[in-house]
Amino acid sequence: MIELKNVDKSFDQLKVLKGIDLTVQKGEVLSVIGASGSGKSTMLYCINALEKIQGGNIIVDGVDVHAPSTNVNQLRQKIGMVFQQWNSFPHLSVLDNVALAPRIVLGKTKREAREIAEKHLKHVGLGDKLDTYPTRMSGGQQQRLAIARALAMEPGYMLFDEVTSALDPELVGEVLDTLRLLREDGMTMIVVTHEINFARDVSDRIAFFHQGVIEELAPAKALVNNPQRTRTQQFLSKVL
Amino acid sequence: MSETASTIQFFTGFSLNDLPFLAEAAGNTLLISVISISIGSVFGCLFGWALYASKYARIFLGSILDVFRSVPLIIQLLLFFNFFPILGFPLEPFAAGCIVLIVYTSALVAQVARGGIEAVPEPMRRASRSLGMSYFQDMRYVVWPIGARAMLPAWTGVALGVLKDSALVSVLGYLELLRASQILITRTQEPFIILAIVGAFYFALSYPIGKLTAKLEQRWQYD
Repeated sequence: MIELKNVDKSFDQLKVLKGIDLTVQKGEVLSVIGASGSGKSTMLYCINALEKIQGGNIIVDGVDVHAPSTNVNQLRQKIGMVFQQWNSFPHLSVLDNVALAPRIVLGKTKREAREIAEKHLKHVGLGDKLDTYPTRMSGGQQQRLAIARALAMEPGYMLFDEVTSALDPELVGEVLDTLRLLREDGMTMIVVTHEINFARDVSDRIAFFHQGVIEELAPAKALVNNPQRTRTQQFLSKVL
Repeated sequence: MSETASTIQFFTGFSLNDLPFLAEAAGNTLLISVISISIGSVFGCLFGWALYASKYARIFLGSILDVFRSVPLIIQLLLFFNFFPILGFPLEPFAAGCIVLIVYTSALVAQVARGGIEAVPEPMRRASRSLGMSYFQDMRYVVWPIGARAMLPAWTGVALGVLKDSALVSVLGYLELLRASQILITRTQEPFIILAIVGAFYFALSYPIGKLTAKLEQRWQYD
């Protein structure tokens, strides 16, 4: 379970998150929508301690993420993250991109790491690309590689930060299909996205962020089809 | 008095027997260069990392390295070599030359290495950290291999430069290529041929470095 309790985050003077309260249950898929700069990506960075917070608590499986005593390297093993930019390691083959972290972080043998990597690459449909180098692949393939790389750590949670925003339109579908696949696997996910229809179809709940606060949080279909707040209505009328 | 008796031969021509002498000197050039470039590069990478990671290192270490980058090498060599006897520890020309060249190389490589680390995009480092890698694992397995590829061409330039600049150690009396050529020129009075041969030796030393790194660059291409 991921719990955010009254979380404040600012960059210098700029308040980006203002008293965020949010709970994501195991097995749940939560999508986060909202205008650029509303704080939704920053929230993801705070959940796996890539950004510090100035107030409140974030608790993942009972561990206070931002407590000084918390080993963030251990914590991050439980929380997979995929970014807007896929960030493939260009010097490693597709297989080694995925096998690296299991080997050096989890201490798997070369062979075990290879098997894990193969399994996850096949799962995202890259089973025939093992020995290719990422620079030879399309953005959509590289993004699926990034997903496999995160999955190879066998995390309990996955965070997706606008993973289709940097893709050419014709490549968006294959990445969204991979997310659907994870949903079927029962993965707990927080998905920051601009794909409203995808969010409606795939998530359990949707949170609408506006200027650092959760303006509306509701079951996915209800929020998209029947938004209660004026700001949500305005936002949806612009993007749909 | 006969003609022949009155002529004393001060100078003897350049002969094949002089080649081993030059080859030995070339060996000394190679020795001092390999030591300076390899040790200097290790220190340079550490300094470059410090410059990248710490504001204070940028201010203090950065200004010290700037001195070594900016003062002509020949002045550094003479100052350093003549400074130690004053303290009562005379240094061998070879040792003094090595130390100065190591510091000089590390000052040059530090900036190259800093650039190499900066060539690794911040989002990529966040990605590796998000996989649970520690700072040092990220450095070792992601930043270093990518940064090394980025800095290779500039590093090659530094290495070739230091190899040729090692000629300046001749002013301390270390018998390397340039000093050997001066000795031979004095004896033979044939500067043209000797300098040409010495130039060829330098070329023979430099060429493999350029070739090797070019090959490495090719092998390291991302595909």
